[in-house]
Amino acid sequence: MMTDEKPIRVLIAKPGLDGHDRGAKVVALALRDAGMEVIYTGLHRTVEEIVAAAVQEDVDVIGLSILSGAHLPICEKLFTKMRDAGIADKPVIVGGNIPVRDHPALRALGVAGVFATSSELGAIADAVKKTARTN
Amino acid sequence: MSEKKNREVILESGIPIKPVYGPDDIAQMNVARDLGKPGEFPFTRGIHPLMYRARPWTMRQYAGFGTPQDTNGRFKFLIEHGQNALNVAFDLPTQMGLDSDDPRAEGEIGRVGMAIDSLRDMQVAFDGIPLDKVSVSMTINAVTPIILAMYITVAEQQGVLLTEVRGTTQNDILKEYVGRGAWIFPVEPAIRMIADTMEFCARSVPKYYPVSVCGYHIRESGATPVQEIAYAFCIARAYIERVIARGLNVDEFAGRLSFNFDIFGNLWEQVAKFRAARRVWAKLLRDEFGAQNPDTMQMKMIAGGGGGGLTIEEPENNIVRGAYYALISALSGAQTMALCCFDEAYTIPSEKASLISLRTMQILADEMGLSDTVDPLAGSYYIEWLTNEMEARIVAEMKRVDTEMGGVVNGVSKGLVQAEVARQALLYEQKIQRGEMVKVGVNKYRVEGERASQDVELHQYKPEATEEQLRRLAQVKAERDASAVQAALNRVRADATAGVNIMPAMLQAVRAYATVGEITGVLKEVFGEFREPVRW
Repeated sequence: MMTDEKPIRVLIAKPGLDGHDRGAKVVALALRDAGMEVIYTGLHRTVEEIVAAAVQEDVDVIGLSILSGAHLPICEKLFTKMRDAGIADKPVIVGGNIPVRDHPALRALGVAGVFATSSELGAIADAVKKTARTN
Repeated sequence: MSEKKNREVILESGIPIKPVYGPDDIAQMNVARDLGKPGEFPFTRGIHPLMYRARPWTMRQYAGFGTPQDTNGRFKFLIEHGQNALNVAFDLPTQMGLDSDDPRAEGEIGRVGMAIDSLRDMQVAFDGIPLDKVSVSMTINAVTPIILAMYITVAEQQGVLLTEVRGTTQNDILKEYVGRGAWIFPVEPAIRMIADTMEFCARSVPKYYPVSVCGYHIRESGATPVQEIAYAFCIARAYIERVIARGLNVDEFAGRLSFNFDIFGNLWEQVAKFRAARRVWAKLLRDEFGAQNPDTMQMKMIAGGGGGGLTIEEPENNIVRGAYYALISALSGAQTMALCCFDEAYTIPSEKASLISLRTMQILADEMGLSDTVDPLAGSYYIEWLTNEMEARIVAEMKRVDTEMGGVVNGVSKGLVQAEVARQALLYEQKIQRGEMVKVGVNKYRVEGERASQDVELHQYKPEATEEQLRRLAQVKAERDASAVQAALNRVRADATAGVNIMPAMLQAVRAYATVGEITGVLKEVFGEFREPVRW
């Protein structure tokens, strides 16, 4: 199948101090297998570093992996910094140990999709494609 | 019918399994040589002659959250309910060498463990807990010399002699680069500080276990059971070589190395893994390092877990999984056991969930006969065959680390081990998503709709803990002798630069109430920071 569509570029980022990167790496590998260009930040990135990487790499979607429980303060700060950098329109997807009770608060902040651990890789890839396209 | 009969069974470690095993499968086995008696070389059957008949396994649930007072309360709760040892969780800022007032600590103070900034916090955390009686294990890695110095100081202040101080620090930095991710410094200085703690303890705190090598987190990050043991042994071997290079004899210190292994997945594969691991370790220490003392050759372990096996779906099922993991641990001859709690797929455990895990182990030890007889599965055709098979594969995987990765230190520094583990994690995930590996409630018998998580009462993070922690830190900084702090930090800098053992300088620094962040800051000036090889 021929296509001249540009591949979707995704930043997979590990914000904060949490060092659990199994999920981030598995999702990064799965998105790459699904034909996307994936940039993985590595561990312990500050929100400022993540926003700078998103600008520099000109990604279509930002994916955050958070397993420490600090997803709300991290996302609040991320959206502030994204607005400051003029990339508030880039969709953000969050994965990790995210209790259902926090989903509404994350969506209210502007998160486009939330994926708990054990989510299907295919569903994550579909969500990334959809948010990248509608954007 | 024929389809069922021919169903292929291949263990996670890649071993195909037959429906029936018999005498022919272990015909090559020499019982005296390969099994021996419990408590005797090669320790396949266990490291003590009487195992749990003499003393049940140590029960050591992982605990810690909020302020040191909060954690002290949970410690006392667990001890009151019959837990005989502690397993301390630190928050991420502490693990990463940041003080609570560091901007990077924001939102993380006391979240996944307790916050420790200075010696004052450690005094509060262990208030009323006798450190010569309760054995304390601390899950700390990159900043171990600092935390160990605080612990030793608190023990001394309680009147415990250095020669009587017991406990364990995790202190396995190589596995942090592979999984878990709480690294700070580059590989070489980080290993050097581990050797410092091993040398210091061997000479001055002889009952202390300074390093607990963790296959656990490597397995949790995706490795197979065979790789879990093989990588852990390669890492342990690297630490031993560093200490021998300082002129110590292997029998002077290697008996105080312990291991932390993971349990989830196939029951038989795990039991055989541990029996094989004891044999591999004993031979390695005797044949490669020339150990003479049997204690040096004994693989001592905490085995439990297994977070990787727990599911976010129908979390109460994790209580049942935990009971089987504990059974496996007891059948495998673990010295110490800890179980992940049923709510740990969500957050750190609630008091109720911690108690259920403790009761699970107590029921096994006291009701089910698991303490009655040593290594009860020995002599089973299947278990003995599988133990032999696991041994061969562990040894082969260790060779692969040497030949294909240039040794474990090189493999970790370049990200080769990490890439292999990530590859295995993807394969595992794909097997689950294709239904080739069953997780009940996830890819089989799944209940769609509202997740059961709504029914579980979860541990609540207390933001107030941050205020209290910041207040105490400010108070310590105001009350301490600033010139003594400066002098101590200067000595840390000098000793780190000169390459002499860092522990005496650490003791001076924590006693002057220098903080975790200040001491780590000095070490970063000298050593720099690890640059993660992003290779996947």
